[in-house]
Amino acid sequence: MKKLRWLTMLALLGAFMLIVAACSDDQDTSSNGGNNDNAGSDDEQVLVFARGGDSESLDPGSTTDGESSRVTKQVLEGLLQFKKESFELEGALAHDWSVSDDGLTYTFQLEEGVTFHDGEPFNADAVKLNFERWADPSHEYAFSDDGYAYSMYGTMFGGFKGDDGHVIDEINVLNDYEIEFVLNRPLGFFLQNLGMTYFAITSPKALEEHGAAINENPVGTGPFKFVSWSKDDTIVLEKFEDYRVDGLPKLDKVIFEVIPENASRLIALRSGDIDIMDGLNPDDAASVESESELKLYTRAENNFGYVGMNTEKEYLNEVEVRQAINHAIDRQAIADALYAGYANPAKNPLPPGYLGYNDDIPGYEYDLDKAKALLEEAGYADGFDIDLWTMPVARPYMPDPETVAEIVQNNLGQIGINVNIVREEWAPYLEKTAQGEQDLFMLGWSGTNGDPDYFLSSLLHGDNAGSSNRTFYKNSEVDELLDQAKVSVDQDERASLYKEAQKIISEESPMVTLVHSTPVLAASAAVKNYVPHPSTSESLAEVELD
Amino acid sequence: MLIPVLFGMTLITFSIVHLIPGNPAQVILGETATQEAINNLEENMGLNKPYFVQYGIYIQDLLQGDLGTSLRSKTDIAQEIWPYIAATLELTFFAMIFAVFVGTNAGIISAWKQNSLFDYVAMLIALVGVSMPIFWLGLMEQWVFSQELGWLPATGRENSRDPIEPITYFYVLDALLQLDFSRAITVLKHLILPSIALGTIPMAIIARMTRSSMLEVMKSDYIRTVEAKGAGQFIIVYKHALKNAVIPVLTVIGLQTGVLLGGAILTETIFGWPGIGRYVFDAISFRDYPVIQSGILVVAFFFVIINLIVDLLYTYIDPRIKY
Repeated sequence: MKKLRWLTMLALLGAFMLIVAACSDDQDTSSNGGNNDNAGSDDEQVLVFARGGDSESLDPGSTTDGESSRVTKQVLEGLLQFKKESFELEGALAHDWSVSDDGLTYTFQLEEGVTFHDGEPFNADAVKLNFERWADPSHEYAFSDDGYAYSMYGTMFGGFKGDDGHVIDEINVLNDYEIEFVLNRPLGFFLQNLGMTYFAITSPKALEEHGAAINENPVGTGPFKFVSWSKDDTIVLEKFEDYRVDGLPKLDKVIFEVIPENASRLIALRSGDIDIMDGLNPDDAASVESESELKLYTRAENNFGYVGMNTEKEYLNEVEVRQAINHAIDRQAIADALYAGYANPAKNPLPPGYLGYNDDIPGYEYDLDKAKALLEEAGYADGFDIDLWTMPVARPYMPDPETVAEIVQNNLGQIGINVNIVREEWAPYLEKTAQGEQDLFMLGWSGTNGDPDYFLSSLLHGDNAGSSNRTFYKNSEVDELLDQAKVSVDQDERASLYKEAQKIISEESPMVTLVHSTPVLAASAAVKNYVPHPSTSESLAEVELD
Repeated sequence: MLIPVLFGMTLITFSIVHLIPGNPAQVILGETATQEAINNLEENMGLNKPYFVQYGIYIQDLLQGDLGTSLRSKTDIAQEIWPYIAATLELTFFAMIFAVFVGTNAGIISAWKQNSLFDYVAMLIALVGVSMPIFWLGLMEQWVFSQELGWLPATGRENSRDPIEPITYFYVLDALLQLDFSRAITVLKHLILPSIALGTIPMAIIARMTRSSMLEVMKSDYIRTVEAKGAGQFIIVYKHALKNAVIPVLTVIGLQTGVLLGGAILTETIFGWPGIGRYVFDAISFRDYPVIQSGILVVAFFFVIINLIVDLLYTYIDPRIKY
């Protein structure tokens, strides 16, 4: 008997604990709808924002991860920022700016009297240091040996120090609160870049103090300061009392919590454990809308999903075939079936509302007769066999790739094109589609700086074939238009160049643009002044709880 | 034994990890990456070196107690990994308490009252338990106990509005060490639903194992002798029979505990539990080689340790077993 005592004890202990836990009745958990049952001081405003994945790094410049910038947006600020609901620019750490006539010199007047969370004063030297850190891999704070890379900087400013394409020639500190950027050629979206969350300014003292651990110790000038991070669980931020805008932020604490499963996250919201949830399933939107304790939010469209056609492959190298495929796919059916109506059919590889969006393009209507006629014209009246690569991960622009693949398979089957669905894991998928192994494939694109160049050049410029241009579409006329638009600082001129490019692209049809989705979110009705930004990173400075 | 097993593990995981297709730089940068950015990042991460050099560096670091640095988060794995392990160990512990307590007792009573209604019902439940998808069970638990009844929290390890100051990262223990009983109870409440979801399959397996093992022992001669001496049924079952029936049950318990350590990923996903399963799983999708290698190594280490403990328990329970 003695030797069995351990088992008995273990069993009794377990029973005891379960009973204690089940019987105890303290109010700090899940009283339905109770939002302010936050323990601690009386009227503390604590907001819990739940999302599907954790941040990769809290050093904004060295990551391209949206879950990271969602958090760093609260902690750090750049020279400029986007307005609440759009990609229009407004001042942040710079209150005024001007551009020289040749489009090469940008001068910024900086906010005075701003301090970083560690008490360091913000000034032009801090700005210069941050930009040098991103541009120069051998900079003492670049931390290249620790695996840091600033790929967003490279993409947006044409490379790094010493590269031919690198657009920033020099940065001059004119005085403590005035700084000048000199470019070696004009860049149409230079200011637009500066509004991005990725180019936010870190305290120089913090860089010195934390070194390569800066990714876990962000120090900026934003409305909230960083407190703690337990990985894959929570990131805690608290109010920065000396924030440069009086009266903000309204919340005392913001907690970003990871709940991977969409359905569990909604249950947590309904039981009051969290206040805002990202990544609501579109199918749940109707029920959220009908609940009085909850409120539904949508983000403005800033993406599109597409079926790409590898223009170097047999059949797909013929424009009639590509047009036929474009006519055969029922975009409206996809929008209705998959997004529960929270998506609009896309006719251009650019979201509406962007500079130069060409609304005059008719787009390809769903018309099987036209599609068949085009196939016949190309000499394939009997159809052919083709592969369609379907992406293995869900994205806001493609929440259920498998179903889209099946709809496309079905649609193309109706005009005699026999689609074979190919499945690959995400890593090899990205790699192999960049190498051009695929016929048809599925992917999408989301904007970050609100500029058309980021969509059109990345996806359709011949120079990017084999990296972000996976259709291998090459048209010298389009390339010329995109290049001109890139270096022009006259936004009207840029708009007309992009419109022209879209027209040619639409005729040549290298991709089937499917839909622009408007991702849905849900929050407790107690949350006030929350405005989701199309970039997915919104400031929570003005948010408050009832 | 421990050292060669773990060394073998490093070789196997390193080979598998580097054999699976897919480039970490590409995945980290995503679909919007340019080729230069990918090459750049590869170089920074040291991925352009030959495999055997990378393995050599890995083993050399390992011998110095350095588990490497995550490619994705750029953080020291040795420093990053403990909270994940603690979260999983805590959950596994409570899941196994549930599984062992319910499983053994159900098995014992089923054997005792063989062919009774209790026996049939218990074994039916055990059958359902073994075949129940954890995913579905977890969501149903959340729906009933969190959303509809509001009794228990749906996700997470603690009330995130009012977090515990971690010491050991075993939150129940941390709360008790700080004599903070209300937080301890909050943490226990967070443990109930995931523990039941995770413990259901082992519970069912243990119940069936205990029942068959008990049935065998109950038929043996010495039980008849004890009965002849006039001992009560309860004493016979729980004292005399259980003692001899417990060895195979213990084996199953040891194995199941090991399985839960690495296989809790579904439960961890549904309940937002920041455990080692999710840590390694995410690392696999991001091709974060050092994290995959070290994560698997650490899980293997605990698996070996648990089996060692079980082996030692054998000799304690049955002195005839010697090593």
